[in-house]
Amino acid sequence: MQRYSGFGLVKHAFGHHENWERQWRNPEPKKRYDVIIVGGGGHGLATAYYLAKEFGIKNVAVVEKGWLGGGNTARNTTIVRSNYLWDEAGRLYNHSLDLWKNLSQDLNYNVMFSQRGVLNLGHTLQDMRDIQRRVNANRLNGIDSEVVTPQQIKEIEPEIDISNRARYPIMGASWQKSAGVARHDAVAWGFARGADALGVDLLQNTEVTGFKIRDGKVLGVHTNRGDIEAHTVGCVAAGNSGVLAKMAGIKLPLESHPLQALVSEPLKPILNTVTMSNHVHGYVSQSDKGDLVIGAGIDGYLGYGQRGSYPTIEHTLQAIVEMFPMFSRVRMNRQWGGIVDTCPDACPILSKTKVKGLYFNCGWGTGGFKATPGSGHVFAASLAKGEMHPIAAPFSIDRFHTGALIDEHGAAGVAH
Amino acid sequence: MFYIFCPYCKEHREEEEFHPRGQAHLMRPADPDNCDDEEWGDYLFFRDNPRGIHHEMWVHSVGCRKFFNITRNTVTYEILETYPMGEQPTITADDPSVRHEQGVQTADGGWQTVGAQPESQALNEEASS
Repeated sequence: MQRYSGFGLVKHAFGHHENWERQWRNPEPKKRYDVIIVGGGGHGLATAYYLAKEFGIKNVAVVEKGWLGGGNTARNTTIVRSNYLWDEAGRLYNHSLDLWKNLSQDLNYNVMFSQRGVLNLGHTLQDMRDIQRRVNANRLNGIDSEVVTPQQIKEIEPEIDISNRARYPIMGASWQKSAGVARHDAVAWGFARGADALGVDLLQNTEVTGFKIRDGKVLGVHTNRGDIEAHTVGCVAAGNSGVLAKMAGIKLPLESHPLQALVSEPLKPILNTVTMSNHVHGYVSQSDKGDLVIGAGIDGYLGYGQRGSYPTIEHTLQAIVEMFPMFSRVRMNRQWGGIVDTCPDACPILSKTKVKGLYFNCGWGTGGFKATPGSGHVFAASLAKGEMHPIAAPFSIDRFHTGALIDEHGAAGVAH
Repeated sequence: MFYIFCPYCKEHREEEEFHPRGQAHLMRPADPDNCDDEEWGDYLFFRDNPRGIHHEMWVHSVGCRKFFNITRNTVTYEILETYPMGEQPTITADDPSVRHEQGVQTADGGWQTVGAQPESQALNEEASS
């Protein structure tokens, strides 16, 4: 692998930047691998990377039906935070946040992780009680989180409207300073390049059409490019997880919904942080290019169409203008939808299944991006050892039958 | 934007008047006290999530406020029929002509797919014959 550095940039400038190595190979599938990862998005690529790097399993294939990082990894609004209420979720997301901090160095790839902080606004007394409870829970779990007053919010984000003229005046917020944003495509590409350099085969345009299962054990996958054998298969397919599960005869409690996002025309720097509101239901940050990155809730109906409906866009922008009246005349540039696999308790599924050797990592719903490194790391550990990693164990699919749900609807709140 | 025919109001209205309320035709277990964890968990949390024909419940929340059912393609978003509560759908994924018209295929394990790659369509046809 060609390492990237400032010197490299200068050196290649003399060659008019025409001699850069390709970031990863495009190999033919082998007959057999130790581990197959189904799904080449951020989580799948991170899983493959950590399998090769930390657990010494390098004979790995990532099978992707489209192109790398072309699904929700390329469609999310790039927010990274870990201020979740329950211990299990807090541990998982904070593990991820710890990995984010050093990810660019680790991958030798600039993922542009910027810890600019996240505000979660409260507009009612009940909002503030919930915020206080969540902040207390966060602090007990070692997550940096604090309650801030409207005046403090105004200092952090000067353009926000904290006046009483608003329909839902802002009463306070929780503030996680170590949270922030990252460049979503770079995350997928960085993990892909790192995994490829360690010997992982990234198989694009390869669609899984079935599983080879005998005596309750997985033996491999059928694909449109022939059968591939492996005794360990990890499915990390987001919105299409249900389709894969059904192929293996497994039920998942997932519902796939469209989730929309939009970006505005580029503006001069105006926002310092990420501002989210559960109550008026929207969130906004500003990308390094200058466009406002805006999102809100899912469309309520099932859909695989990667687009949503206009009323949702309208509600989203109403919320943004409620928080930042000065944006009322900003024009929107692009709007798109992704398919999110939502779970009844708004927490993911990282689990073994009744088919031996077949694992699922799915159900991240509206907030999977922030967990990319952590999810990949604990899932890789689980695949390598054949036992779920302690951080992943509470997220077993069994919880929907035992009742040990991890209800994060509050912290998940507005789609994140 | 959906343009939905309410079977009670007998007219087409815009999507904003309605709310989707999830899968239709769910039966509450007749004897909940004697359900095991598996049955009860399945009833509470596990839903069909088809990539294709789906029967779902909607409520005309700012109109007549009544619940009714819609049969819809979850990939093309085309609404195929609406019908009142208590009635059964006339359009289902099992009907070959509906499958043909809506481009629905069946993958391994009986899962519906729409718009899969042609290669996998060939595989599916082999599997079903």
